Amino acid sequence: MAEPFLSLRKVSKHYAGVTALDKVDFDIQKGEIHCLAGENGSGKSTIIKIISETVKADPGSVIEIKGHPVHGSNAIDAINRGIQVIYQDPSLFPNLTVAENIALGGFVAIHRKLINWKELRQVAEKAMARIDVHLPLDEIVREISIADQQLVAICRALTRDVELLIMDEPTASLTKKEVDSLLAVVTDMKSKGIATMFVSHKLNEILQIADRVSVIRDGRMVGTYPSSELDDEKLTVLMTGKKVEYQHFVAAKNGNDPILECRRLSRRGEYKDIDFKLFPGEILGITGLLGSGRTELALSLFGVSQPDTGEIYFNGKPVKIQSIQDAMRLGIAYVPEDRLAQGLINVQPVGKNIIVTTLDNLVNRFKLLDRTKVISSIQRWVKDLAIRIPSVESPVQTLSGGNQQRVVLAKWIATQPRVLILDGPTIGIDVAAKFDIHEIIRELAGRGIAIILISEEIPEVYNNCNRVLVMHKGCILREFDTRETAQEEIQNHVNGAF
Amino acid sequence: MKRLLTRHETYVFLAIVAFSIVITVINPSFFTLENLFDLLKSYSLMGTFAIGMLFVLISGGIDISFTAIATITGYTIAVLLLKYGESLNIVSVFLIAGGIGILLGLFNAAIIYFFKIPSIITTIATLNIYYGILTVVSKGKWLYGFPTWFGDFNNIRVFTLYTPDGIPYGLSIITVIWFALILIGWFILRYTILGRSIYAMGGNPASAQRAGFNLLGLNLFVYSFMGLMAGIGSVIQALLVQTVAPNSLVGKEMDVIAAVVLGGASLTGGTGSMLGTILGVTLIAIMGNGLTLMHVSSLWYKVIIGFVILVSVGVSAYRNKRSTRKHIITEVN
Repeated sequence: MAEPFLSLRKVSKHYAGVTALDKVDFDIQKGEIHCLAGENGSGKSTIIKIISETVKADPGSVIEIKGHPVHGSNAIDAINRGIQVIYQDPSLFPNLTVAENIALGGFVAIHRKLINWKELRQVAEKAMARIDVHLPLDEIVREISIADQQLVAICRALTRDVELLIMDEPTASLTKKEVDSLLAVVTDMKSKGIATMFVSHKLNEILQIADRVSVIRDGRMVGTYPSSELDDEKLTVLMTGKKVEYQHFVAAKNGNDPILECRRLSRRGEYKDIDFKLFPGEILGITGLLGSGRTELALSLFGVSQPDTGEIYFNGKPVKIQSIQDAMRLGIAYVPEDRLAQGLINVQPVGKNIIVTTLDNLVNRFKLLDRTKVISSIQRWVKDLAIRIPSVESPVQTLSGGNQQRVVLAKWIATQPRVLILDGPTIGIDVAAKFDIHEIIRELAGRGIAIILISEEIPEVYNNCNRVLVMHKGCILREFDTRETAQEEIQNHVNGAF
Repeated sequence: MKRLLTRHETYVFLAIVAFSIVITVINPSFFTLENLFDLLKSYSLMGTFAIGMLFVLISGGIDISFTAIATITGYTIAVLLLKYGESLNIVSVFLIAGGIGILLGLFNAAIIYFFKIPSIITTIATLNIYYGILTVVSKGKWLYGFPTWFGDFNNIRVFTLYTPDGIPYGLSIITVIWFALILIGWFILRYTILGRSIYAMGGNPASAQRAGFNLLGLNLFVYSFMGLMAGIGSVIQALLVQTVAPNSLVGKEMDVIAAVVLGGASLTGGTGSMLGTILGVTLIAIMGNGLTLMHVSSLWYKVIIGFVILVSVGVSAYRNKRSTRKHIITEVN
């Protein structure tokens, strides 16, 4: 094999006694598409930081670029050696134009003083031409889609001499179609000799175009494999070190009367003619692409917005849900998509986050909070949901994604809801923790709670739900019974809906 | 055309036209060259402060202390004028005031950058420090009786016209100074890497850092530029009224910030333009002037300004909200 572009030998990194990386060997060939797979906390981001020279590896580690050892300690050095990182948040300037975002950084780096707008546009056009993409140069970046923003970040990298492009979780917020065009761009860069390193824990799409996959677990390199030898399932086993098998969930049917029913529910510009019934003890799946109206529908059921027309029946009686307080009074709970921004009070401790929905029940006769009630309530839910924390006083922002999601769940389950709406409950959570969350959801359904599970991951709704609604452009395209349908068919409906 | 309709500046301009028509209908003396030149001269002070404030707001910060800086620079030059008046000239006065302004601005920037204290907190503190020190030193005394050349400079007109009654009026040198500062500011924001970097930093400071921008340098520049404008503004103020009073500027910070925000600058940073700022100052100017000409009690001035700002900021927030919503949700037929 030819001399690799980048090679790491016995690279270790310790942070204050904690081992982040333990003698990792890793290399990237020229023009290769290489995936680095691993769960959250496995050491992926430490590798990125070492390669991009924002942190220094421990003494004894050997890092070579084109056969020459490097001892960098500065991000600019790495950029000058042709290594660029595109972070999950693409680090753009939302208020500036596409052209400026692409070209400005390069001008700053060579200490230019004045701007020649014509030249700036040419630089941007040249970068876009290299990967054959066309973005409106004068559009403000805030106004373009996340996928296009990533392309802008790639183009920006291409204005410098780049030989290795590292992309951190690039597909996390993209739709299927956008992922495809991103992969086309990466394949195109490969033909021009630019290596790409994907860092991700969600890899099924990337596997199609990658040459090799390296798997890292608990700071150790498990191994590097040709991607043709791997599939999603094998990869999961390598990443988690255990075999996770999806059991199909079958709800125990609790009676024939729906707890919640929507009839011809519409809201202009959001969703249209929504009809469905939800039964106690079942998990109803709603899937569809971003912008299909799935979240908007959920927000109306939770009283955040009101439908223009149509009726909602709760327990057989027509109801109007005009506020979140109305929804909570009926026993409807909603766990939002973006748990950090909407679901949790980040700086507050776990305990306070859990009880925030039930404060009214935890008071003594003077209407002041009763400490004993508060503590016992917190303890009950921490135990019930197996939240692993050093103390209930830890701020939630210090927890892992999986544990944060448990806190959000606990906070809503504490209200003893009859209908629980979960919007993207496992976004950004690693495979093992995801599995645990699914267990909790199934267990809740077992207690008779009616659950609506909204997710764009088909396997998630397929394996956990008995019925799945596919939404597209605000309408329910079709309802599937998962016991009689293959997963691929649902997938095809979601994808075919373009 | 469509692009014009999406711009904040267009709406401010339309508001200016609408107000002008209303005022002119009620009192035709509003729409005269004489009144225009008069307005341009008297609002050069607010306009100069606004240029500095625009830079600070674009960078994502805010500076409340500029009136205190201007009070210090103004008082300093007043003392110097009274003591060494004949050996000074207008250039040296501007240089001294500007230099002190820059120093005080640098001090603000250093505290904001090195201690990571929000700019609003920092500058409220330095406002009190700067203004407090000055009050102690000056004991609140008014200074006047400047050299005649200082008064004469104020009366220089680039060209002179006469009213039918024979009263001279025309484009004042002070207005020309303001226009020159506008041009310089516009050039920096539009055609220098420095200017674009200020926008970039205001838009996303974390990205700016990752992209290798010198955030310390940008902060030092922005706040010292504000200090420079405060210094120049204090000389303009001294020229206009030929008196320096320690309490004449502090308390007027909000008017300036309001004018710049009215012109489309965002308090969250990253947006704002020189054109918008000029329009914002103009709108505030004609409203103040118009109310007087319409014989509305000046006590109403603050109330009306407040409403105009609320409507302006409200409308642009509503338009932003609508455009983001359009973005998230696909059209339902």
